[in-house]
Formats: sequence, C-alpha cells, structure tokens
Amino acid sequence: MTDVAQIWSYLSQGPLLWLTATLVAYGIGDACFRAANQLPLVNPVLIAVCLLGALLWLTATPYATYFEGAQFVHFLLGPATVCLALPLADNLPRLRRALLPVIAALLVGSLAAMASALAIARVFGADAALLAALAPKSATAPVAIGIAEGMGGQPTLTAVLVILTGITGAIIATPLLNLLGLKDWRARGFAVGVASHGIGTARALQVHPTAGAFAGLGMALNAVLTALLAPVLLGLFLP
Amino acid sequence: MLHALTVILATQLVGEVAARSLALPVPGPVLGMVSLTLAFATLPALREAVRPVAQGILGHLSLLFVPAGVGVIGNLSALKGMGLGLTLAILCSTALAIAAGALTFAFVARLTGASDD
Repeated sequence: MTDVAQIWSYLSQGPLLWLTATLVAYGIGDACFRAANQLPLVNPVLIAVCLLGALLWLTATPYATYFEGAQFVHFLLGPATVCLALPLADNLPRLRRALLPVIAALLVGSLAAMASALAIARVFGADAALLAALAPKSATAPVAIGIAEGMGGQPTLTAVLVILTGITGAIIATPLLNLLGLKDWRARGFAVGVASHGIGTARALQVHPTAGAFAGLGMALNAVLTALLAPVLLGLFLP
Repeated sequence: MLHALTVILATQLVGEVAARSLALPVPGPVLGMVSLTLAFATLPALREAVRPVAQGILGHLSLLFVPAGVGVIGNLSALKGMGLGLTLAILCSTALAIAAGALTFAFVARLTGASDD
C-alpha cells in the first residue's frame, strides 16, 4: 500500500489538485448562494476564498504552489473580459440612447469612489504610498496596479484593495439599490461596474442581463477615467 | 467551440499587442472587449458563432476571481495596522460610488428623456 504522504507529495507538485480544489470550493460557495435564495451576503467568491485560504493554511501550502494549479482559472479572466463584448453588442442600441446618463454617472461614480476613499484613509493617517495604492481601487485589477505603481503605490497592496472593493460592491449593491428604490437596470448595473469592476460585473450578470451589459460598460469606461483622474485626485489628498 | 475560442483569444492577443505597443492606459482585454463589440455590431454571424462559448465563460465569471482572492488572504498583513481605516474607506466609498452613480444615471435619464423601453 502506498503511503498517504507519498500520494500527497506527488499531488502537491502538480496543478491538478489545486485546480480541482478551486472548482470544488467555488461549487460549494455557489451551492450555498443558491441555498440561501441568492442572498448577496452569501457571496460565492468570498466563501470559496475562505475555504481555500483555510485549506492552504491547514496543509501549509504556499500560495505559489496553489497558484500553479489555479492559474488556469485565473488566466480566463482576460478572455472573459473580451467576452463581455457579447452583452455589450446585444445592448448597443440601448447604450447609444443612454449616452448622457452614462457620461454623467461615470464622472460622478468614479470621482465619488476615489475622493471619499482618499478622504477617509487620510483621516485615519494613511501615508502617501497607501493613498496611492487606494486611489485606483475601483478600476479593474491590471489597470489599478499599473496606475498605483506609477504613483508610488505597492502592487500587492493595490491588488488586495481592488479585490476587497469588488467583493464589497458585489455584496452591498443589491440591498443598497433596493433601499434607494432604483428600478432602472441600466442605472443599477452601470454604477456597480464603475464602483466595483469585474467582481461587481459578475454579480450584475447574475441579477439581470441588462444590468450585466451596463456593468461591463461601466467597468471599461472607469478603467480609462481612473487612469486619467487618479494622479490628479491623489495630488489633492496627499498629506 | 474551436472557432469561437480562437476569435476570443485572438481578439485578446490583438488587444494586448495594441495596448503595449501604443502604451495605452487600458489593459489588452478591455481593448479586446471594445473591438469585439464593434465587430459583433457589424457582423451578426460572428456574434452568433461566438455566443454559446461567451455565455459559457460569462456564466461563471465570479469563479475566475477566486485565485486572486485567495492571494488576498496571504497578503492581508500588507494592510499594516491600517485595517480599520482601509475597511471603512472601502466600504463607505464603494457604497457612496454605487448610490451616487446609480442616482445620477436615473436622474439624467429622466432629465434627457433617455428612458428604457
């Protein structure tokens, strides 16, 4: 009989184990989400991340080892972003009709996200490097990291703040927008895409196809606007 | 499936090359998304050919953020004792941005008569 430790050492070297674990953990998260009647607080990403985090800690597995398997899932983020062209193209006539609301909501949402985050962090005594990492957090991860690095922010910290912002948006959007009594799926989706990039867009797609299309548009537009505005706003809030 | 995947990956590749060679502030996949939207609008047959695969990938978009999310757990120490301030900053700014953005959208849509039908 082969030793369990031997099997473990074999499996822990290849990508199969952690790729499977990622799918299983997300499957569990998704099942919980459905069992809870799609309650936003029972976020499948958050559940999967906590399960895998606990598993890595219990087995003393370094993140680099985990990522060797998980990178195949991670890689699909790029193609998935390209695929957002489908809901966008399907909704192109409605996007054209909503040009003015889109521009106005983009400016207000993007500025509100950056200015309020910088102001609050400043009150808590954040230094210049921390503010630089925080400013672009509503933009999609590769853009945010590029912007933050250009302003003296640390890439790892920026990635953490970007992901936390996305999960926060995905969780609070539905209850918040219901509280405000907003029924326009375009307005709801677009604001979520601007404030919480791809993770918010994934959530919007779960809720309504129109919301998903406008969220994808909001994410794309805010990637550009954040790149232009973040350095200006950071200059205003530097200690 | 094969053709659809090829279209998607090739679009991303073109986007990456364009973003890097022109030093644009937008990442390649986002450029790819914009150009594929325009291609879909002019070539309905292409859109229908890619549709099943694109829907399959987008159907589980949340899953794709899990590996990056697991990376966050190991790097929470990067928050360096600023946990409370940053938590508040993220929570309040995200709520404010969603509320202000959605209200602005709805308000301007009513103002300009850009209603949805």
